[in-house]
Amino acid sequence: MAPLGVAFRTSALTAAMLLTPLALPSSAAAKPTVHTVVMDKMVFAKAPTGVRVGDVIVWVNKDIFQHTATARDRSFDVDLAPGKSARTVVRKTGLVNYYCRYHPGMTGRMVVAAK
Amino acid sequence: MIRRLTLAAGFAVALSGAAQAQDPGPSDPQIAHIAYTAGQIDIAAARQAIAKSRNKQVRAFAQEMIRDHAAVNDQALALVKRLNVTPEANPTSAALEAQGAQKLREMAKLKGAAFDRAYAQNEVAYHQTVNGALASALIPNADNAELKGLLQTGLRLFQEHQLHAEQLANGMGKKKRSSNNHGSHERPMQQPQNSGPY
Ligand SMILES: [Cu+2]
Repeated sequence: MAPLGVAFRTSALTAAMLLTPLALPSSAAAKPTVHTVVMDKMVFAKAPTGVRVGDVIVWVNKDIFQHTATARDRSFDVDLAPGKSARTVVRKTGLVNYYCRYHPGMTGRMVVAAK
Repeated sequence: MIRRLTLAAGFAVALSGAAQAQDPGPSDPQIAHIAYTAGQIDIAAARQAIAKSRNKQVRAFAQEMIRDHAAVNDQALALVKRLNVTPEANPTSAALEAQGAQKLREMAKLKGAAFDRAYAQNEVAYHQTVNGALASALIPNADNAELKGLLQTGLRLFQEHQLHAEQLANGMGKKKRSSNNHGSHERPMQQPQNSGPY
C-alpha cells in the first residue's frame, strides 16, 4: 500500500496547498498529517515533531485567556478567544518560530521538513 | 518618574507589612481580596487609557489588560464562591485601592503622547510590583491549593503583561520615524478601534 499511499498523499497535499486552510478535503484516503498544538496556562504545549510541508497545524486555545499563534515571519497569525481553535497549513521548510502577540513570553518553534 | 516609584514603594511596603516573618501572613480570604483588587486596579487604569488615548497600540494593550484581568478575576470569584469564602478587605488591599485611585487622578491630568508614555511606564512598574508581591507574599501564604494555583496563573499573567508593557514602553521611547522590528506590539490583525471619527 506504500506506493499508492504516497501517490494519494502527494495529490492531497497539492490540493491542500491550493486551498485555503479551512477548506481541506476530509475524506481523502491519505491526508496530510494533522498536528495539534494546545495553548493552556500561558504556554504553548510541546511543539509537534515530524512536521512536513503540507501538514496541518491545529491551534487549540484551552486557556482562560485569549492568545495568538503568530509566526515570527508572519507566515501565519491566528487570534483565538478562549476555547477556540484554528488550522494553518505548513507551507515551507525550515525552522518556524512562533509566539503570542499578547503574551510575548509565550513562544514555540518547530522544524518543517520537505514533503 | 517619582510617582511611579511612589506607587511601587507603597505597594511593596503594604505587602511586606502583611508578610512579616513572625506574623502568620495574610489569610486566604485576605489574599483573595488583594489579588482581586490588584486586577481591578489594572482594569480601571486600562479603562482610563481607552477613554483618553488615541494611540492604537496603547488602546489594544489596554483592551488586553481588561480582557485578561477580567478572565482571571472571574475565575477568582467562581473559586471563592465554590469554596464558600468571602474575600476580606484588609490594609494591603485598602492601600492598593488608595494608590490606584491616586494614580488615576494623576493620569487624568495628562493627555496625548505624555499620557501614553506614562501609562506604558506605569504598567511596567505596576506589573513588576504585583509580580513581586505574588511571588514573595501571596503565593507562599496561600493555604488552599486551588487558590494557590490561581495565584500562580495570575503570576504568569502579570509576568507576560510586564513583558508586553516593556515592549510598549520601549516602542514609545523611540521617535516615530524609527522603524522598530519588535513585532510583538505591532498588531496588524487587531480589529480597528471604533473610537474616533476617521
Ligand atoms: Cu497569549
